Amino acid sequence: MKKIKVPVTRIEGHGLITLQLGEDGQVAEAKFHVTETRGFERFCRGRPLWEMPALTARICGICPVSHLLCSAKAGDEILAVRVPRAADKLRRLMNLGQFVQSHALSFFHLSSPDLLLGWDSDPATRNVFGLVEERPELARQGIWLRAYGQRVIEALGGKKIHPAWAVPGGVRSPLSPEDRDALAADLPRALSIVQDALALYRGHLDDWAEEIESFGNFPSLFMSLVAPDGTWEHYGGGIRFVDSQRRVVADGLAPARYQDYIAEHVEAWSYLKFPYYKEAGYPEGLYRVGPLARLNCCDRMGTPLADEALDEFRALADGKAVTSSFHYHYARLIEILAALERIGNYLEDPDILSPRVRAEAGINELEGVGVHEAPRGTLLHHYRVDDQGLIQWVNLIVSTGHNNLAMNRTVLQIARHYLHGREITEGLLNRLEGGIRAYDPCLSCSVHAVGMMPLKVQLFGPSGELISERARP
Amino acid sequence: MIRLQIDGRPVEARPGQTILQAAHQAGIRIPTLCFLEGLSPVGSCRICLVEIENWNGKLVPACVTEVEEGLRVVANSPRLRELRRRVLELLFAERNHICAICVSSGHCELQDLACELGMDSVRFPYRFPGLAVDASHRKFLIDHNRCVLCGRCVRACSEVEGAVTWGFAGRAVHTQVAPDLGVPWVEAESCTECGKCVQACPVGAIVERGKATAEQEKRPQVLVEITERRPRG
Repeated sequence: MKKIKVPVTRIEGHGLITLQLGEDGQVAEAKFHVTETRGFERFCRGRPLWEMPALTARICGICPVSHLLCSAKAGDEILAVRVPRAADKLRRLMNLGQFVQSHALSFFHLSSPDLLLGWDSDPATRNVFGLVEERPELARQGIWLRAYGQRVIEALGGKKIHPAWAVPGGVRSPLSPEDRDALAADLPRALSIVQDALALYRGHLDDWAEEIESFGNFPSLFMSLVAPDGTWEHYGGGIRFVDSQRRVVADGLAPARYQDYIAEHVEAWSYLKFPYYKEAGYPEGLYRVGPLARLNCCDRMGTPLADEALDEFRALADGKAVTSSFHYHYARLIEILAALERIGNYLEDPDILSPRVRAEAGINELEGVGVHEAPRGTLLHHYRVDDQGLIQWVNLIVSTGHNNLAMNRTVLQIARHYLHGREITEGLLNRLEGGIRAYDPCLSCSVHAVGMMPLKVQLFGPSGELISERARP
Repeated sequence: MIRLQIDGRPVEARPGQTILQAAHQAGIRIPTLCFLEGLSPVGSCRICLVEIENWNGKLVPACVTEVEEGLRVVANSPRLRELRRRVLELLFAERNHICAICVSSGHCELQDLACELGMDSVRFPYRFPGLAVDASHRKFLIDHNRCVLCGRCVRACSEVEGAVTWGFAGRAVHTQVAPDLGVPWVEAESCTECGKCVQACPVGAIVERGKATAEQEKRPQVLVEITERRPRG
């Protein structure tokens, strides 16, 4: 067997891809290795429950808000309180701000250089700086849109990154009328930017036909939260699984009982675990989470502009599930639209100014699970505490973990399609990176790991000898 | 009155006053940590070190050194700033002071000192001790990871409240403050649950239970207010 290894960039964290050639010269096996580890689940032990939102938020600088909110939800369970109505809405508002800023970062800053400057363009300029050169207006709009999402977060939490604002039982403070008015005033510009980006994306579908066909295009299960009435959901509701025909495989599953339907597999070659749908077994229980999964799982988006966009999106697959992971980008843009529409609704709701935002209570349960949708997919925090409220045990399942099997399948598909001969070409490297980037993986989060790491690809021959290696520094 | 010089300025003080008191009256800033108005000074933390020029440049803690006629005191100099910073770095290196997740972040005397003294890094290896949190009390908790052993809780408890719940246990680097000779706080029968130790604690070690990151604000001045309001007899 021969093996190829590839390093990946412009993702959060760093990774290694190895490709194994079979006797027939075709790629027999491809593995996406996550080679970092950090140990959050271990060193949280002994800490007071009330510190957990801010502590787990430090897992990442891109999605601290996701961990903050998910941790606060697990804390709500342990206090055994119902969060005040205003706090529930305010947390949702912050999560929507997080969707806007994170998705805008993924699309405009990280992925659009591939999409718009060309897969085979010079890697030295195929980045956000190259985008500023080539498409200054688009770059400016993307940066502004991300900043808008961050402003929502800052208005609520006092700072853009790592606000320690959500707490077990609720949140610390409501929105001020001044901040509400400022956000409302700029909402139309944000909506118009994302609508332009959607039009741009749709206009390029023919140019990307080959990538759409080969970037993780396979039938699979999809998992996400949906509201009780089947609407797109990002914070509450129940878990739904659909298959590639968009048939509902399971619905209304209690998020807290995740261990009943999700199991985690461990492979020796990656620090990232491989969750799978228990009933289907490993690895057949592969499912995808995140923007693509949420759009495939929900019945409708629940807001007018996003619903129109969803109809166009569904038309790609005649109403069945859209199965190409390339379209994570498309789904991400539609979710920005939905998030902005919902932000608009909350800004008109007087509850978000209410001072009654926090339920105080002691330790009333010894175990709690928080589940919500982070921009990258379903996020789960599971804690056990002692009678004093000190953490005894932690399990975190993050979106990139859910997508681990799918990312590996995607890498294999791309390698088979684009590897010709025994050389790792620039075009192959770019597409392997792009295929992984479609998932907007956060390896820092997924292994609770640190740092930005380039991707490295290594190609191994049938007898295990290294044939070719290519790395991006 | 006693006449002395602090940083070259002539200063007057009453007999029995400390250099720290004389400096504060003259509006000269000397940073402190274990000192707290309303409690007896102990001079243990060494943050308030000053230099006495006519004692051959001897270093003394300003909070416990009494004024003398003709003293020439240096309260602020590059050398003192470096020494104070080093003292502070030793405190940071000794336990686990992680501001990012601390309940007292933004309201912490240790953090404020680090900013004031320009402590942008710690040049000593961190010890990372794995110390326990005692959250057994229904109102308060103590996180030994954040304790700087200033003893303000010990003095507030005995001198102001009169409960004498807090004391020191263990020796040297293993020293910890402990209620009632080392029982879990909830079992400390002498504790009146007054919370003065919380207000006296300069950092996020003794805090109100249920406070989340950056939420714990304190009023250490309450101790001197209490002692001043107390009828003199």
